[in-house]
Amino acid sequence: MTTVAITPMNEQQHTGQTPKTLGLNLVWDKAEKAKVKSVLAKYPKGRERSATIPLLKLAQDKCGGWLPVDAMQLVADTVNEPYIRVYEVATFYTMFNLKPVGKFHVQVCTNCACLIRGSDGVTKAVKDIAGVDSSGATSKDGTFTFTEVECLGACVAAPMMQIGTHYFTHLTEEKTKDILNHLKEGGDPLKYADTPNAASDPLHNGDYEEHV
Amino acid sequence: MTNLTLTIISKQGEVEVIVPQGATVMDAIKAAEQQVPHFCYHKRLSIAGNCRMCLVEVEGAPKPVASCHWPANDGMRVNLDSETTINARKGTMELLLANHPLDCPICDQGGECELQDQAVAFGSDRSQFQEMKRAVDDKEIGAKIKTVMTRCIHCMRCVRFATEIAGVEEFGATGRGVDTQVGTYVEEALQSELAGNMIDLCPVGALTNKPYAFTARPWELQHTDSIDVMDGVGTHIRVDHRAGKVMRIVPRECDAINEEWMSDTARFSWDALSTNRLTTPMVRKNGKLTACGWPEAFKKIEQSLKKVGRDKIAGLAGDLHCAEDYYAFNAFMKETLKTDNVDARGDGACVDSTNHAAYIMHTPLADIEKADAVLLIGTNPRHEAPLLNVRLRCLVQSGIPIAMVGEEVDLTYKYKLLGDNPQVLEDIANSKNSFGKILQKAEKPLIILGSNVLTRPDAKAVLFSAASLAEGIGAVTENWRGFNVLQRMAGRVAALDMAVHPVAGGLETKGILKALSENKLDVLFQYGDIEVPCEMLQSTATKIYIGIHLTEQAQTADVMLPAAAYTEKNGLWTNIEGRVQEAKAAVQPPLQAKEDWKIFRALSAELGKPLPFNNQAQLRQAIVDICAIYNEPNMLVQPEWERPGKAGKMKDTPFTLPVTVENYYQTNEILRASNTMVACQAEILEKRKVEEAA
Ligand code: SF4
Ligand code: FES
Ligand code: FES
Repeated sequence: MTTVAITPMNEQQHTGQTPKTLGLNLVWDKAEKAKVKSVLAKYPKGRERSATIPLLKLAQDKCGGWLPVDAMQLVADTVNEPYIRVYEVATFYTMFNLKPVGKFHVQVCTNCACLIRGSDGVTKAVKDIAGVDSSGATSKDGTFTFTEVECLGACVAAPMMQIGTHYFTHLTEEKTKDILNHLKEGGDPLKYADTPNAASDPLHNGDYEEHV
Repeated sequence: MTNLTLTIISKQGEVEVIVPQGATVMDAIKAAEQQVPHFCYHKRLSIAGNCRMCLVEVEGAPKPVASCHWPANDGMRVNLDSETTINARKGTMELLLANHPLDCPICDQGGECELQDQAVAFGSDRSQFQEMKRAVDDKEIGAKIKTVMTRCIHCMRCVRFATEIAGVEEFGATGRGVDTQVGTYVEEALQSELAGNMIDLCPVGALTNKPYAFTARPWELQHTDSIDVMDGVGTHIRVDHRAGKVMRIVPRECDAINEEWMSDTARFSWDALSTNRLTTPMVRKNGKLTACGWPEAFKKIEQSLKKVGRDKIAGLAGDLHCAEDYYAFNAFMKETLKTDNVDARGDGACVDSTNHAAYIMHTPLADIEKADAVLLIGTNPRHEAPLLNVRLRCLVQSGIPIAMVGEEVDLTYKYKLLGDNPQVLEDIANSKNSFGKILQKAEKPLIILGSNVLTRPDAKAVLFSAASLAEGIGAVTENWRGFNVLQRMAGRVAALDMAVHPVAGGLETKGILKALSENKLDVLFQYGDIEVPCEMLQSTATKIYIGIHLTEQAQTADVMLPAAAYTEKNGLWTNIEGRVQEAKAAVQPPLQAKEDWKIFRALSAELGKPLPFNNQAQLRQAIVDICAIYNEPNMLVQPEWERPGKAGKMKDTPFTLPVTVENYYQTNEILRASNTMVACQAEILEKRKVEEAA
């Protein structure tokens, strides 16, 4: 008979303890208010709850990349729903972080395509530079949070990782190290990020044929 | 609407059933009087379809279908006992058990667990799973419900109940997949007066009765059908007892009254039945209450009555007695002691037995759902009659307009606040107020007047104006009675029916209290706690307390006589609709305590003027003689309409509420004696404090 370790509970799920809160009285600032208004305007009156996900995203950005309970409550009040309904949504989607993340949230794809193309090296590089050993951990200095994620839809440029809103593709262990060091020193992510991908983007620079 | 014909095939053969369009396969199976195992489906909740236990084979369908939400179709052939169906059930059961702990021996649900029963009936005797089971942290959700969340099978019945019926959206499912957890997410005590029903709904042992934990097994319990008396609804309950001790109280199904729900005060207050009880007669000796026998106590009463003028004697009765007891008390005061200073309206309500129409609900509870506009006057149905509020909430959810004149409270649904004092009623009556027009147009308008309104100085005028309003908007017709007075105490309707109030110019509650404060009375018979501050009952009069608990008010007595609680006597209780219902004695009164009417009967004999009944049958006959509806328990008799109250000037003082969330769990002596209820109240006040600080 095989024995398998106890299935670890999702780290993001709060079990029993009181979930993290900022203990602040959060309110939308002026710019955010305008955004909230435009998001709410997309849905018919009485269906404000449809705006839950975009508003949670907005709240997450507001709070430095994660969602304290206060932020979820702010969203709930905004869409006029009971708190629990927003907690349910926020805990369901892995894109919402329920505990603080570092300055750079490094999400490394370890799904099939990336795995085959060498995501192990990428993972190793991130772990080394950040000095962490498991998914969900944040480096001591608070610079990097490393998370293993499922397919981010950029398989064609595997292996890849996402940092903030940027995609970094065609990675190797070395390249990953360079990127992280560059970011750590305050470099512009665009030096490496979001590079056009010829193979998947025939219209971009026309050299599709060559690549095949 | 077209009808659909389906064939239900089972071991017993093929049965053709006809169901209306829109029915589900489950409905059709039920119509064929067959059963299908299920967990998440519940007839009073919305359909979720997430447990898959109800899978059945439908001929021609590629896969088994979940019968609880699969629409029935004409010509469908549903196979209940085919191999596919049986295998589907086995598979579902195997999956449900994959993460379910094998802790039945230490689980309180054991013996009445749907999962256990269905695993035996439909499961397999082996499993392919070799992995470890998941474990989930238990949630702390207050003093009523104990959680063991590893046992949860995610049927979401509790979540749907909290959202749809109780109206407190605090329960939900967070996380996803194997990490799904049912709970409140941010730890807090559930703020519902109906939370206990989630215990009954939970098909497994995830949510169980906290104070009942580890005290009894279901097969050891004896059951007695009874009636709840913590509020006036008259909920049908089943008292479960073992060896003469009440172990727990659960609801019985009764569509006309409580459907299958029950309020938390009714469910969780049983510990009071064996806490702080009066178990033996006591008399005050050298300033101290001392236990004694019945003869000695009676002697002391006899002495204290000697040479006392009958206008120096008074009697006050509380609100937790049944019709027989009120009758006996009343007869004892009026016939044996020959005093008219007797009153059971501790709150000073202005109604009396002359007009039955003035103190009951005319709309049967089951007919509430037919109303098409609702006006609440000075009432908080959520805490005065939680199960009535459930029905009102249902109504509001279906879009029926509802408005309130009175204090603003959280009723779990939105309503329009029209004002806080009776003068608004005039505006409504002459349609100056827009809601007046809505009521005018409504075919079946409903008016609910809180019983506290009857205690105002201008009560008669308010009652009159509300009743005229009801007449004006067509709430009092041959086909529809929409005028209701909502009593919040279980005994009040019976007390009024039995005319426990002065009938020949005697003192009413207010007069008695005043005479007490001026030390003008010599003897006071107090029957149960009166809802007034204890100091108001202090005086030089000899106080004889007949009751069930050693309450603050009992402690100031000179003689104390121990009586029986509602679970300890056969009694007729009259609910807010005026429906007489019989509660059966489940256990014996403790030690020397006696059924209340027997005490009055015995005492009257001791005083030389025995009351004219020797047993309960004679007593009931005497009751029927003065109030015919007591002849036929459970029947609902519509009273003759006679406009209650008296025309007069209404003041603009706002309506007040005697029961709110801040004292809901402490509104009578049984609740005050219950540790669980005290804890529930403390929880709420604690939460209030935190909220206020924030
Ligand atoms: S706690 Fe009970 S009722 Fe609630 S989802 Fe779990 S099994 Fe169902
Ligand atoms: S597998 Fe990595 S992006 Fe799709
Ligand atoms: S009862 Fe049908 S899926 Fe649960």
